[in-house]
Amino acid sequence: MKKKITSVAICAAVAACSLAAPVYALDSSEEYYRQYQDQGISINVYNWGEYISDGSEGALDVNKEFEELTDIKVVYSTFATNEELYAKLQSGAVNYDIIIPSDYMIARMIREDMLEKLDYDRIPAFANIDNDYKNPEYDPANEYSVPYTWGTVGIIYNTTMVEDTVDSWDILWNEKYSGNILMFSNPRDALGIAQKKLGYSFNTTNMAEIESAFEQLRLQKPLVQAYVMDEIFDKMQSGEAAIAPYYAGDAITMIADNPDLAFASPKEGTNRFVDAICIPKGAANKEAAHLYINYLCEPEVAAANIEYIGYSTPISAARELMDPEMANSPISYPADEIMEKSEFFLALPDDVNVEIDRLWTDLLSGKTEGNSNITGTIVTVLVIVVAAAAVMFFLVQKKRREASSEEE
Amino acid sequence: MKKATAFPYLLWMAVFIIVPLGLIVLFAVTDSSGRFTLNNIMQVSSYLGVIWKSVKLAAVSTAICLVLGYPLAYIISRKTGSQQRTMIMLVMLPMWMNFLLRTYAWMTLLENTGLINRVLGWFGLGPYQMINTQGAVVLGMVYNYIPYMILPLYSIMVKIDEKVIEAAQDLGANPFMVITKVILPLSKPGIISGVTMVFVPAVSTFIISKMLGGGSNLMIGDLIDLQFLGNAYNPNLGSAISLLLMVLILICMGAMNSMDEEQMEEGLLL
Repeated sequence: MKKKITSVAICAAVAACSLAAPVYALDSSEEYYRQYQDQGISINVYNWGEYISDGSEGALDVNKEFEELTDIKVVYSTFATNEELYAKLQSGAVNYDIIIPSDYMIARMIREDMLEKLDYDRIPAFANIDNDYKNPEYDPANEYSVPYTWGTVGIIYNTTMVEDTVDSWDILWNEKYSGNILMFSNPRDALGIAQKKLGYSFNTTNMAEIESAFEQLRLQKPLVQAYVMDEIFDKMQSGEAAIAPYYAGDAITMIADNPDLAFASPKEGTNRFVDAICIPKGAANKEAAHLYINYLCEPEVAAANIEYIGYSTPISAARELMDPEMANSPISYPADEIMEKSEFFLALPDDVNVEIDRLWTDLLSGKTEGNSNITGTIVTVLVIVVAAAAVMFFLVQKKRREASSEEE
Repeated sequence: MKKATAFPYLLWMAVFIIVPLGLIVLFAVTDSSGRFTLNNIMQVSSYLGVIWKSVKLAAVSTAICLVLGYPLAYIISRKTGSQQRTMIMLVMLPMWMNFLLRTYAWMTLLENTGLINRVLGWFGLGPYQMINTQGAVVLGMVYNYIPYMILPLYSIMVKIDEKVIEAAQDLGANPFMVITKVILPLSKPGIISGVTMVFVPAVSTFIISKMLGGGSNLMIGDLIDLQFLGNAYNPNLGSAISLLLMVLILICMGAMNSMDEEQMEEGLLL
C-alpha cells in the first residue's frame, strides 16, 4: 500500500515537473489549457509568413510554448496572400484547424459558408480584445473571428528625394516624381488608393465610380516606375524609388534599415485592415483550435507576437506590456481623425470583382477602352483556323509523299 | 513484359497529366455554377494584345538563344571529351541556383541605382533605363532559358562525325557551304527541340515579366496567375486562357515537326 502511494507521489511529481508553469503570466488557468493532454491531438495552423513570434533573439516561441503548455501538437504552415488561402481551401485538398485571413476575405468566406462559428465560451481571453475591434463590419455579429493584428496602409517615402510635405495620396500623382513612384500590383489595393483620392468608398459597387478611379490610375501610369508588392522593400531601401504605398508595420522595418525613409498616413483616409483568427468549416480539431485562439489572445503572447511582427494590436493589455516606443508609435497607431476616415475592404459581388480584374489587366497591358469584342473574337478564330490549316496542309503533303515513295 | 514495366508511368500519366488536362477543358467550357458556356473562350479574345505580346517576346528570346547558343554548342561538340564535360558543366552551372534568385539578381543589376548603372556612372555615362522594359524581360528569358537551347543542340552536334565535315572540305566546299550544306541540315533535330524547349517555357513565364518588366509588361502567364490568385478568383477564365495557350503551343510544335519530317525525307530521297 505504502509502495503504491510513493509511486503515485512520484507520478505526481513527474507530472508537476512536465507541467512546469510558464515563466510568463497567463489569464486562463492551467486546467483550461491541459484539458486535451495525452490525447495525441494535433492542430493544423495556416498563417501568413513571418507572422508569429518564433523564438528568435530570445523572444517567446509561441508554437513551442503552446505545445508544452497544452500537449497539443502544432503543425504550422504559411501562405502569402489571402487569395492563395482562399484557393487552397476551395480546392478542398487541405484540412486546417486555424486560419488567419484578412477582413474582406473573412466576409467572403462567411458569405460562402466556409467558416465555422466559434464558441466564445471556450475563448475566455476574448474579453481582452478592445471593444473597437468587436463586431467589425466584416463579421457584424462577431460569430466567426477573433482579431489578431491590425494595421493601415500609408505612404513610405525617401526624405532625401521628396521635398514636399507628404500627407495626401496626391503625392503619388505628382509629376515631379515621375519614374520614382511605385504602386501596388494588386488590383484592389491600387484601386483603393485612387478611390480614396477621389473621396469614394473602397466598397462601392457603383461602376461609374470604379471607372473614374481607374481613369485616375491610367493618368498615373506614365509616372509609375513599377507595379510591385514585396519588391517595394528592396526598391525603397536601396533608394531606387522615392515614394510608395505600403503597410505601416512593414514601413517600420524599412525605416529601421534605411533611416532616410519616412512614413505618412494620408489625410483622405486609408485602408485599415484586420487579420483575424478563424476556424474553417470541417476542421478536424475544433475544440483544440479554440485553445490556440485563446492562447493568442493572452496579453503576454499577443505582445510577443506584435513585437515580432511590427503590426498593431487590438489588445490594450498587450500594448501596455510592450516597449513604449513601439506601443506609442504614430506609424502603428495613427491619429483618430485619420482612422475615422479609414475603411475596411469588404467582399465585393463576383461580377464587380470580375470587372475590376478586367479593367486592371487593361490598365497594365496598356489597352485603351473601346476594343470591340467581336472583332477580337473573329481575329482569334481566324488565326487559329489559318494555323490549323497550315499544319493540316503539311501533314497531308507528307502523307502524299509517303504514298508516292511507297509506289516507287 | 514490356507493358508491365510501362504501367507505373502510364498510371502516372493518367492521374497527373490526362486528368488535369481534362479538368482544364471542363473548367474552360463551364461557368462557376458548372453550366456549359462558351463565354470564357469568347472573353479570352479581349486579352489578345497580351497574348500577342507574349508570343512576340518569347519568339525574340528564342531567336536570341538560338543565335547565341548555336555556335557555342558547335564549338563545345568539337572539343575533346574532358573539355566537353567541363564546358557543359559551365553551361549548366547557373541552373543549380534557384530560378527566382537568378531573376531577383538581375533586378538589382539593372535598376537605375543598380550595379551596372553605378559602374557606368564612374565613367560619366547613364543612368540608362534598363529595368521595367520589354528588353529586360527578354534578357531575363534569354538568361534563364539558354541552357535549354545549348544542351539539345550539343547532344545532336556531338554525333556529327568529323569525317563528314572533312569530306565536304575535300570535295571543295568552302566554310560557308560546310555550314549551310552539312552542319545545319544534320543539326536540324537539335534546333527543333532546342527551339521548342525555349519557346514553350518562355511564352508561359510569369515571374520574369513581373520582376523585370515592372508589372506593366503583362504576359499570358501573368494573366493566368491573376485569374487564380487575383482578386476575382475566376478559374474558368483562367482555364480558358490556359487552353488557348496549349492550343497555341501545339500548333507551333506541330508546324515545326512537320517541317522537320519533310526535310528528313528530302534528305533520304537524295
